[in-house]
Amino acid sequence: MTTRKKKTDEVVVDVNDLHVTYDGRPILAGIQLKVFRGEILVIMGGSGCGKSTLLRTIIGAETPSRGAVKILGRDLLVLDEDGRNELRKRFAILFQSGALYNSMSVGENVALPLREHTDLDDEIIRIMVKMKLELVGLRDFEALMPAQISGGMKKRVGLARALALDPEIIFYDEPGAGLDPIVAGVIDKLIMDLSGKLGVTSIVVTHEMGSAFRIADRMVMLYEGHVVAEGTPQEIRASSNPLVRQFIHGEPDGPIPLRRSKVDYEEDLLA
Amino acid sequence: MKTLLRLLGMSVLDFLGYVGGLALLFVDGLWWMTIGPFRNKGRIRRGETFYQMEHLGVRSFGIVSLVIFFVGIILAFQMAYVLKSLGVTVYVANITGVAMTREMAPLLVAMVMTGFSGAAITAEIGTMVVSEEVLALETSALNPIRFLVVPRVMAAMLIMPFVTLIATYIGIFGGFFVGNVLLGIEAEKYIHRTLDALKYRDVVTGLLKAEAFGILVAVIACHEGFRVTGGAEGVGRATTNSVVRSIIAIIICDMLFTAFFFYFL
Repeated sequence: MTTRKKKTDEVVVDVNDLHVTYDGRPILAGIQLKVFRGEILVIMGGSGCGKSTLLRTIIGAETPSRGAVKILGRDLLVLDEDGRNELRKRFAILFQSGALYNSMSVGENVALPLREHTDLDDEIIRIMVKMKLELVGLRDFEALMPAQISGGMKKRVGLARALALDPEIIFYDEPGAGLDPIVAGVIDKLIMDLSGKLGVTSIVVTHEMGSAFRIADRMVMLYEGHVVAEGTPQEIRASSNPLVRQFIHGEPDGPIPLRRSKVDYEEDLLA
Repeated sequence: MKTLLRLLGMSVLDFLGYVGGLALLFVDGLWWMTIGPFRNKGRIRRGETFYQMEHLGVRSFGIVSLVIFFVGIILAFQMAYVLKSLGVTVYVANITGVAMTREMAPLLVAMVMTGFSGAAITAEIGTMVVSEEVLALETSALNPIRFLVVPRVMAAMLIMPFVTLIATYIGIFGGFFVGNVLLGIEAEKYIHRTLDALKYRDVVTGLLKAEAFGILVAVIACHEGFRVTGGAEGVGRATTNSVVRSIIAIIICDMLFTAFFFYFL
């Protein structure tokens, strides 16, 4: 693995002192994060560490209790509807399950953003849909409905749809989860190509270490709502932080407890 | 006593909040139907609207006809039971005609719609919320109100008066069946009496009600769908809520309309 430096100094996503609370329980506690144009940033951490919440807050699906997120210099929560929509056209999300529109065929799913947000001819849209589907290797599946294709295929169609409007930033929520190793590898390669060839910024939330180290330019690790480590894959691999070491090596014993219950086991049994 | 009052106050507030939510959703939907398209914010999805009209109107037609035909029969029998003792069985025609047009057809069509389409709309939108499809719409700058609510509410607004009108005919025919075949009222006389009894305003008020009920069913169904939390179980709960609340809303609305028409029309 060769060292890759961050590609530019332009900050495209700026997370500043972000706090998110659910029913009084803090999920994110002061996240500080900058993402630079063209880089692939991997956000990793165990289940429940807040990485999905971080992603959802960045894209505007959750409201922070404190702090702010700026995407391409603008805050989704402050913009008016028009501004928000303009901004939303410049980034895309690959959801964990693909989130395809189940009432539309694969082709219509990919065509939808083009139909709704551009004035392109139907004929051109048809060609573009084929191109986007070819990127994920599913050109022949246009006419099928989401219910007729496998979970992995849904995800790939979801990626084709995310690419439809040529976004500047793509967020990936667990891109490899539930995929076989070959397809997961294809998606990893696609993420790297998009960044390397087109300068797309990628923010990848994952807990699959193999893929994370393969694609990342920079990694951050979350633990209990805090950023506990940040650096290039080399730096992370060489980290002496016991939290990081335990996580990347998948060791059952270490500072990260397996048991999440607060009450003492014996007391709980005898209560 | 104090807690009782507090509970009462809280449920009143909840109720008002809910009605407010419905009103907001409807106004938002109306905006996207009327002003939005002209401000270049996004067109109305015509294909989807037609699809929903087909779903609401055409596919529910069989069950609507069946129900309303039998209700026509029941109504005629019940009226005949009372009228026979007064020796004016022939009035079955007048009463069935008026009751069907003003009340039974709009009400029953709305009830059938609630179970047939309202539940389906809630389940569909709820599932979309759970599977992140609605979030995917929002994050791709597609307004879920324009995308999901407008076609459904608009379809209900466009199709309900027609379904109700046809249902009225079928219901009156059910009454005619009893009156003519079983009670021996001459066909010509029955039809003549029905037409005589019906005023223009009976038809108009019936259709006005149908329109209002259609909006209620569609808006409540969408609203409940968007409120879904917590997976498949949440979808089930929302679907039940949608049907129950629609029925209550329809009855309350019906009562208010009827009282209004009684005094002012």
